[in-house]
Amino acid sequence: MYPRPFHYHRASSLKEAASILAQIGDEAKLLAGGQSLIPLMKLRFANPQHLVDLNFIPGMSYIKEESGVLRFGALTRHAEIENSAIAARFPIIHDCAAGIADMQVRNRGTIGGSIAEADPSGDWATVLLTQAAEVHCLSPKGERSVPLNQFITDAYTTVLAPDELVSEIKVKISPKGTGAAYLAFKRAAPVYPTASAAVQVAMDGDVCKEAAIALGCVGLTAIKATAAEAALRGQKLTDKCIVAAAEAARAAADPQPDMRGSVAYKRALVAALVKRAIEIAVRRARGEQVEVSHIYA
Amino acid sequence: MPETIEKIPVKLKVNGKAYASNLEPRMLLVELLREELDLTGTHVGCDTTYCGACTVLMNGAAVKSCTVFAVQADGAEILTVEGLEKDGELHPIQKAFGDSYGLQCGYCTPGLLISTYELLSHNKQPNEKEIRKAIAGNTCRCTGYQNIFKAIQLAAQNRTGA
Repeated sequence: MYPRPFHYHRASSLKEAASILAQIGDEAKLLAGGQSLIPLMKLRFANPQHLVDLNFIPGMSYIKEESGVLRFGALTRHAEIENSAIAARFPIIHDCAAGIADMQVRNRGTIGGSIAEADPSGDWATVLLTQAAEVHCLSPKGERSVPLNQFITDAYTTVLAPDELVSEIKVKISPKGTGAAYLAFKRAAPVYPTASAAVQVAMDGDVCKEAAIALGCVGLTAIKATAAEAALRGQKLTDKCIVAAAEAARAAADPQPDMRGSVAYKRALVAALVKRAIEIAVRRARGEQVEVSHIYA
Repeated sequence: MPETIEKIPVKLKVNGKAYASNLEPRMLLVELLREELDLTGTHVGCDTTYCGACTVLMNGAAVKSCTVFAVQADGAEILTVEGLEKDGELHPIQKAFGDSYGLQCGYCTPGLLISTYELLSHNKQPNEKEIRKAIAGNTCRCTGYQNIFKAIQLAAQNRTGA
């Protein structure tokens, strides 16, 4: 299958890419890993007249830990994060990268592309909503950092201006005593999850001091389940309390029925994922090593 | 009248052989391999980034060549299934797939051989979980995967001489 014809521009720097965008306007699309965009173009759901290829820009792929912040170059491939010794110390980050699609897709797909594409079924936005994450953006007019919860505004929609692009993702490292987990339920490796849940808890003994819960694939964007968080915050985490949070997550989900399942099925699924993710996050907060992988059915 | 699309000069190495041409930007890597270079060992299965039949190695990393534009492979080294054989001798991974009956119709096999190649290039003795994970992006509709799994174990054993 061939996409519609398009003009190809190979950017040699981020600034050049931004200035090409400024010249061409919204007929141009950026090409990062291409693992979402190219299939959409082949199916002719996306028909950009111009593609600006970012893959030849040097120095766009890195994972750095600096003064309490993890920094990911926008073109960092999922596979690089999966295999990174730095990311290995942050299990929710590692597990997210390692669980995306399959080896071939992880070798191409990028964290910046995933965030900028804002696919409602994408993994990174769900995970990073539970973290203090910022998206660093660049345009010919200057640079800015946007908190992730303000960056994605709707399905496939972000605050990026037509001449603006993502240069870096920054994640503030959580203090000791926090634990986090991400679980996605998938029908097969290469497909998007049916539903997913990301949870982070900060524990003081048995009491949950702070909680962040995000739901993926069950809304037009990843959903911050604030009522579910409130059900945990300040509470001793008993089974009853965890079930209450899972029920709040079920209510917060706003899924569409599709070939992956009905509304009721997806709500039940996301509640179960939240429950399991809380349990794993709590164990990790206690310092336990818990190996997690996505659930296949 | 459709406007003219500028062709892009591309140079790459495929199975060690240099290739240069001016390509239409929308040409996919798999089409370059199959249509221009007659390397029809790389198959097109689903053509939607799912099945992995088109898997090739690009600069050492397995990619689905139906989801990479050929112009993106400028300067790259590509390895396809045709590049596994040396001097008329099958590659040890190919031999292991034969010895373990790790194929039936053979359509998915080139992609599985390349995914196995990537796995064994950075993991000499993969465990069961690692093998399953490495081939999760390769769909086989004949075998049920058990003999493919055994073939990869055998290839790893043959390689390490264990």
